[in-house]
Formats: sequence, structure tokens, C-alpha cells
Amino acid sequence: MVYTPEQQPVDTAFPDPMLPRLYRVEQVRREIRATCTLALVPDNGTTAFSFAPGQFTMLYVFGIGEIPISISGDPAQPHLLVHTVRAVGPVSQALQQLKRGDVIGVRGPFGSSWPIEDAKGSDVILVAGGLGLAPLRPALYALLSQREQYGRLCLLYGARTPQDVLYARELARWRGRFDLDVYVTVDSASTAWRGQVGVVTALLAKIPFDPANTVALVCGPEVMMRFTTRELQERGLSAVHIFVSMERNMKCALGFCGHCQFGPTFVCKDGPVLRYDRIQSWFGKREI
Amino acid sequence: MHVIERDALTALFVALRQRAFRLLGPTVRDGAIVYDELASPADLPQGWTDTQDGGTYRLVRRNDAALFGYAVGPHSWKQFLHPPTVRLWQAQRDGQSFHIRAEQPEQARFAFIGVRSCELHAIAIHDRIFLHDAYVDPVYRARRENLFIVAVNCGQAGGTCFCVSMHTGPKVTQGFDLALTELLTGERHYFVVETGTARGAEVLQDIPHRAATAAEEEAAAAVVARTATQMGRTLHTAGLQELLYRNIEHPRWDEVASRCLTCGNCTMVCPTCFCTTVTDTTDLTGAHAERWRQWDSCFTTDFSYIHGGSVRTSARSRYRHWLMHKLATWIDQFGTSGCVGCGRCITWCPVAIDITAEVDAIRTSEHRAAAEGKNDANA
Ligand SMILES: Cc1cc2nc3c(=O)[nH]c(=O)nc-3n(C[C@H](O)[C@H](O)[C@H](O)COP(=O)(O)OP(=O)(O)OC[C@H]3O[C@@H](n4cnc5c(N)ncnc54)[C@H](O)[C@@H]3O)c2cc1C
Ligand code: SF4
Ligand code: SF4
Ligand code: FES
Repeated sequence: MVYTPEQQPVDTAFPDPMLPRLYRVEQVRREIRATCTLALVPDNGTTAFSFAPGQFTMLYVFGIGEIPISISGDPAQPHLLVHTVRAVGPVSQALQQLKRGDVIGVRGPFGSSWPIEDAKGSDVILVAGGLGLAPLRPALYALLSQREQYGRLCLLYGARTPQDVLYARELARWRGRFDLDVYVTVDSASTAWRGQVGVVTALLAKIPFDPANTVALVCGPEVMMRFTTRELQERGLSAVHIFVSMERNMKCALGFCGHCQFGPTFVCKDGPVLRYDRIQSWFGKREI
Repeated sequence: MHVIERDALTALFVALRQRAFRLLGPTVRDGAIVYDELASPADLPQGWTDTQDGGTYRLVRRNDAALFGYAVGPHSWKQFLHPPTVRLWQAQRDGQSFHIRAEQPEQARFAFIGVRSCELHAIAIHDRIFLHDAYVDPVYRARRENLFIVAVNCGQAGGTCFCVSMHTGPKVTQGFDLALTELLTGERHYFVVETGTARGAEVLQDIPHRAATAAEEEAAAAVVARTATQMGRTLHTAGLQELLYRNIEHPRWDEVASRCLTCGNCTMVCPTCFCTTVTDTTDLTGAHAERWRQWDSCFTTDFSYIHGGSVRTSARSRYRHWLMHKLATWIDQFGTSGCVGCGRCITWCPVAIDITAEVDAIRTSEHRAAAEGKNDANA
């Protein structure tokens, strides 16, 4: 089986790719520490766009700046554009402070997406670390919406502490399903935590899979992805069955600014979802 | 091919100006030949040449009245097609919302006078990035679309030139409207002209010209043939991409980093370096916002910043990124080398770091290692 990340067609209805479109904040949901989920709707005169799981947008806060954020909502409901943002600096902080009715700028959607189509007929393992669950959530929505098309579905999720478990209620709901295996682990916890403690790669040891018929979607901090890809390969999964979502500094998302280069890869247009064999030779190297 | 006399150059300027072109080309300023507005052929660097080497550039008087008798200077045409700073849009606050006003990029009518072959290749590389990839840059397109190019075959190579190695010169072969070869023989000063487009041929009709004789064509061919033998530098390109990919951890990167000031001069003068950053600003009232785009350099640490740190903190990794991009990853990205062999980065590096020498050092060390390996095997 050959899987490839899906390259999405460029939206030609919008002639100037550098111009943000206006979106209104419909709902702000506080998530874990310093993190919120924003549901956006097109402002008057703006037309909604559809997106594929794994794609991202550039969010602009008036006068502050613009940053890349993955779409974390349901691709079947494109009129509600959902993003989950952690505050780490000026723009992501300003995004936390938005209230219902505020308007922000959105460019996109950009980039490649998870191989949802190609994975039909296969088992799918999703491995998420920390906020990396956000870009994988649209993939999970898409897989579950056509559940009968896939073999075994398995979500492995690692967070720092129990307080850092993102989308906890939704995870609990998924856990209740008979057609989806959900494993959650935390790096450290007090004794009150009754779940698994340890790194996410340790969860991999728990699950049996047939390397010939499995595809893995991996998103999280780079070190976590490094250990995960290594473990998956040791378990016999070929690099062409492994997908990772990369992060690099981005100033344009159009292939113009050069900031997102990772070796020969432009993360904004070749990625962010990349088949592992395409980047493997660069992946472990320092300061690429 | 055609011939125009030296004095007919004025007619060329007039013909282009009549077609509403803004003429840009080489002129002497502050001790260097730069690209700027040209009012008439009198603004061209007549009788000047340059001597160039690693970290040095000097203007020198020629003993003739050649108009194009020098190599490339610190400027490249990218400053006109891909401007150093440009406003992308403005926005005005309106309660919880705001309005965005798109910038209407003016449809420029540039005529570049005196574009060298390596520079035509650099423009073709930018076309690939800004016009023929997934997205089109409206700023570049507005400046590129009407561009008229008067190219010049180089009459002498600069001390840091290596276009022959890169197959990008010195003979002009593509992407021009008119191409000139300057000839000075005894009392005669004339240009052999080749037309590259119908537009170029049409402009030529307005200029006193005649068909070139076989002898004149031969003389013109001899000029570029001689220049090709004068290259100041050579870059050995055989297996270059693989060589670099094999040597991502080579100690030479540490050695060059100990000299590199990470000043970014090389990226500013390079005709193909295209990286930019954006700045979002507001006025004092906070009601008016703008986004500007500026040239950026991969030699800054900010360039690769992500959450709490930069990816490329060491000078080693930043120089490596730059050289690898020029000579190796660019080929994967765009199908050509990112270096056209113009030599600017060598000339304008304050500490004379030389891209050709860096490659040679890595190549030689591999040869040496291989030879020693063989000797060990024989022993
Ligand atoms: C494809 C992609 C998807 C992303 N998805 C999410 C998401 O779903 N949720 C989320 O919270 N964060 C996400 N990030 C990270 C997010 O873009 C950064 O946290 C954000 O840029 C920080 O900007 P700042 O101004 O708040 O802070 P600062 O850290 O002060 O950033 C200053 C500048 O550095 C750059 N920068 C800093 N960190 C990053 C980073 N990690 N990645 C890229 N550029 C960075 C930006 O250009 C920013 O303008 C994603 C990044 C990428 C590349
Ligand atoms: S890398 Fe140096 S020699 Fe090559 S095109 Fe750029 S400035 Fe010219
Ligand atoms: S190579 Fe030379 S010009 Fe380029 S950043 Fe280093 S010191 Fe500056
Ligand atoms: S973000 Fe600008 S080139 Fe990728």
C-alpha cells in the first residue's frame, strides 16, 4: 500500500494570497493552561472555505501580528473554523484575549493534509504529544465519519501532566467507543491520577499492529516525533507508512519568505504533513 | 544580427522612453557601479572598470571609452523587481472589526539597460519562485510583467566571476528583448545587436541600425569567447549536491563559522536570495495598522525562531544553511542551482569568505580521506 500526503488545490477564488479575510469570533472555549479554542465564522462579505485535516491558516490580530495555527475543527463543518491556540508570545497571547464578536484576519487554508483517502482499508494509529492533538483532531473526525472504511483505529496521546490533557471530555467520549482505542499517558502525575504514566512511545508497546497494513499519523514536539518514528520503525513500520506534521517559523505560508525551510522542504507548501521517508535523512540532524 | 553605432544609443534611450519605460541601469556612485535611474547614455560608467577579489572592490579608469567594460557591482536587479521594503496592505479599525485596504501595486514599466547573462538567470530563478509556483506574488508580477530587458554580453570577467562553472554565462542566451555586444576597435565604437523578442525588434526599428557583417558577428562572438576564458573563480560542480548532502557534519563548517561575521552581506548582494520577513505596525491611536515586507537574511538568529529558541543558533548552521540552499537544496526545490556565479558574495564579504573555496575545501578533504584510505589498504 502506498500512502501520500494530500496536496490541496490552491484557492483561486481569492486572487491576492497575502490579504487576510475577515472572520468573527463566534465562541471562545478555555481549554487547559494558557490555551483556548476559537470558533470563527466568516464576517459579513467573507465566504467560507473548506479545508482538509492537517491544514493550517495564518491568523492575524489587528496591529499585533500573524501566526500559523492548525485547524482543529471538523472538516465536515467548514462554516465553523476552529483553532486551538496556546499562549507563548505576543500574537498567541492576543488570540487568548479575544471575545465573542471580535474580528480577526485569516489567510488560508495552507499546506498538505493527512492521507485520509489513501488510508482507507488500513489500520490507522494516531500518535499525539501535547498540543499536537489539535492538528490530529480533524483527522480523527474524518476517520470516524467514515468509520466503516478503516480497519482498527487507535489514538495514543501523551501530555506533560493530567492538567495538560487537551480535549479531556472529548477524549473520555472517544474512549467510550468500541470502534476506537484510546490510550492516554502523562509524563508525571500525583498519586490521584489513575492513568498511565510515561512517555507516549511506551504506549506503542501496548498495541499490536500489522506493519504491512498500518499507517501512522504523528504530531507533537520534534523530540517526541523523533522517538515515535524510531519506535514505529523498530516495530516494522516502513517510513512510507509514517506521517509527521512539522513546525517551522513562517512569515508567508506561500513559499515566498524562505523562513520555513527544513533542508529541501518548504514546510508551508510541501508540508506541514510530510511522509517520513521524504525527510528522514534530515530529521535527526541538529540545527537544520 | 544588427549593428548600431555608439551614438545611436541615445536613440535607444529615446525609443524606450517614448514607450513610457523608466530606464534603469549602471552608473557610478560612491566609488562603485550601482543600478539607478538613467537619464541618458551619459549616465553610464563610460571609461570605468572594476577590480574585484575576495572582500575588495575598486573602480579603475580604462584606457578606452567603453560603456559596459566592468563586471557586476553591489546592486542587483532584484531591488526593482522584489523591492527591499514594500507595504502589503493597510487596515483601519472599526469597533470590534476592521477593514483591510489592499495595496494596488502600480504596473511598473521598467527598462533594464545592461543586464548580464548571470543576472538574466537570476531573474528567471525569481520568476520560478514568484510567478510559476503554487502562488503568484502580486508585487513581483506588477513589476515584472512589462519589463523590457537590454542585455549585454560581458566583455571582461570580474575577479570573482564563475558563470562558466554555473553554465549561466558569459553569453546571453535567454530572457532578453535586445542583447548588445560592445566593440571598440581603433576608432570605431559600436554594438552588435541581437533581438530576443518581437518587442525588441520593434524598438530596434526606431534606432539607426544595419545588418551586421560576418566579420562583425565574428568579432562579437570572439568577445564572449575571450571573457569565458578569464573567469576569476571556478566552482567544481560535479556531484556537488551529493557532496554537500554527504557532508552536513563536516568540520569545515566550524572553520568557516570561525571567520564568518554572520553580517548577512552575502544574502543582501546575492541576486537570487529572496527571503523576506513581515512587520505588522499600528499608529499611535491604534486605529490604523499596516503590514510591511522587508528583505531578510538567514544569517540572523530570528530567522528560524520557534517557541523559545531558534533552530539555527550557531554561525556554523547558518552559514551551512545558506551555502547548502544556494548549491544543493535549491536544486530539489526549483530544479536549478540557486547560485548563478556572479561572485558578489565573495567580493562583498568583509572577511573574504569564498563560496567556491568552501566547496573546494570539503571536496579536497574527501579526496584526501579517500587517498589515505587507499594507502591504508595498501599498507
Ligand atoms: C504549521 C504550524 C501549525 C501550528 N499550529 C499551532 C496550533 O494549532 N496551536 C498553537 O498554539 N500553535 C501552533 N503553532 C505554533 C504557533 O505558530 C506559534 O506558537 C506562534 O507562532 C507563536 O507566536 P507568538 O507571536 O505568540 O509568539 P513568539 O514566540 O514571540 O513568536 C514570535 C514569532 O516567531 C515565530 N514563531 C514562534 N514560535 C513558532 C512556532 N512554534 N512555529 C512557527 N513560528 C513560530 C512567529 O513568526 C512569531 O510571529 C503552529 C505552527 C506551525 C508552523
Ligand atoms: S551565491 Fe554568490 S556567486 Fe552565487 S549568485 Fe549569490 S552572490 Fe552570486
Ligand atoms: S559569509 Fe561573509 S558576507 Fe556572508 S554573512 Fe558571513 S561574513 Fe557576512
Ligand atoms: S512560510 Fe514563507 S516560505 Fe514557507
